[in-house]
Amino acid sequence: MRIGPAGFRVGSDWRRPIAELENLYRDYPKPEDGVPDFTVRLFAARPWRRFVRPAVMIGGDFTIPDAAPLPLDLGLLAAEMGMNLQMALAQRRYLLLHASCVERNGRAVLMTGESGAGKSTLAALMMARGWRLMGDEFALVDPETGLIHGFPRLVSLKNESVAVMQAALPQARFGPPQLKTPKGDIRHLVPDAASIAAMAVPAVAAHIVFPRFGLERAIREVPPAETFVRLTQASTNYVALGERGFDALTRLVTSVPATAIDYPDAATAIRQVEALA
Amino acid sequence: MRYRAAALASLRIVPLDVLTAIYHRASGQTHIVEAPVPEILAALGEETMGVEAILDRLARDYALVDPDPAALTDRLEELAAAGLVARA
Repeated sequence: MRIGPAGFRVGSDWRRPIAELENLYRDYPKPEDGVPDFTVRLFAARPWRRFVRPAVMIGGDFTIPDAAPLPLDLGLLAAEMGMNLQMALAQRRYLLLHASCVERNGRAVLMTGESGAGKSTLAALMMARGWRLMGDEFALVDPETGLIHGFPRLVSLKNESVAVMQAALPQARFGPPQLKTPKGDIRHLVPDAASIAAMAVPAVAAHIVFPRFGLERAIREVPPAETFVRLTQASTNYVALGERGFDALTRLVTSVPATAIDYPDAATAIRQVEALA
Repeated sequence: MRYRAAALASLRIVPLDVLTAIYHRASGQTHIVEAPVPEILAALGEETMGVEAILDRLARDYALVDPDPAALTDRLEELAAAGLVARA
């Protein structure tokens, strides 16, 4: 399937993860010209582990040695992790930022922070309010144009966020529960039809937001140099891109305002972000 | 000790705010620096200079409050360790 500008081919020793992917990504296009950019392979840790206590290893163009296998119940999660891994390690066309991204009227808001900052949930809630979801995990900066390209894979919702999004989007499609993962209980949300249909349309970066959940409401302008350093840390391929990455990032931080927001609940955060954008 | 800056063609220098980002093409490293580093690199230009001469040029081009050769030598040695300046 194609997600934003990246085409993926996923193979598996088992039918089930592929069937789940086919179902959840059924409205996504195929890779351009039928040629995928990245390959992900889910394979048995040992030949007999295809059948006995199935254990899924993640392979592909790039792998992490010594990664622990996942049980077959988490096969969908393994496939998603495999696709993220290929993007994180092999993407060279775009500067890749670990950020969620939503767009309205051609203006993109990037939200980045540590795991648990709420970037996936905030992006999904903003999608429920009519924003286009450009991605909950990666935002791609084009070094040539400075535009943001989306990567609207399935939204990875963790723990309490699952019920929040089921209440906000009762008609939406969700993947099977992925319970007791290393990041807690996960469930994937299919982005809405408008977000999938517009996945190839880039947007101008309008604001960079650093959200933090669980604190009293606060808002602080972040100067360009601090934004630069934070975004180099949030990028998986800044070093690999060399001068192209430096130019893309200095251009982004000197042309786009950045704000850190602390928020006690999602409704407050959305008011804060929508007031900025 | 005399110093010269890395070739200007090997540096991308982008002022961000009070801090400046420098990309060093030779090493592929990014440096975030504050004053007086951009000023030292500008004072050196393409020349090889001693500490006193650099200090004179900084005093001429910038409002140096307290010209201090020892402090400037410390900064130059830091820049030499980072590869942005070479001892000549």
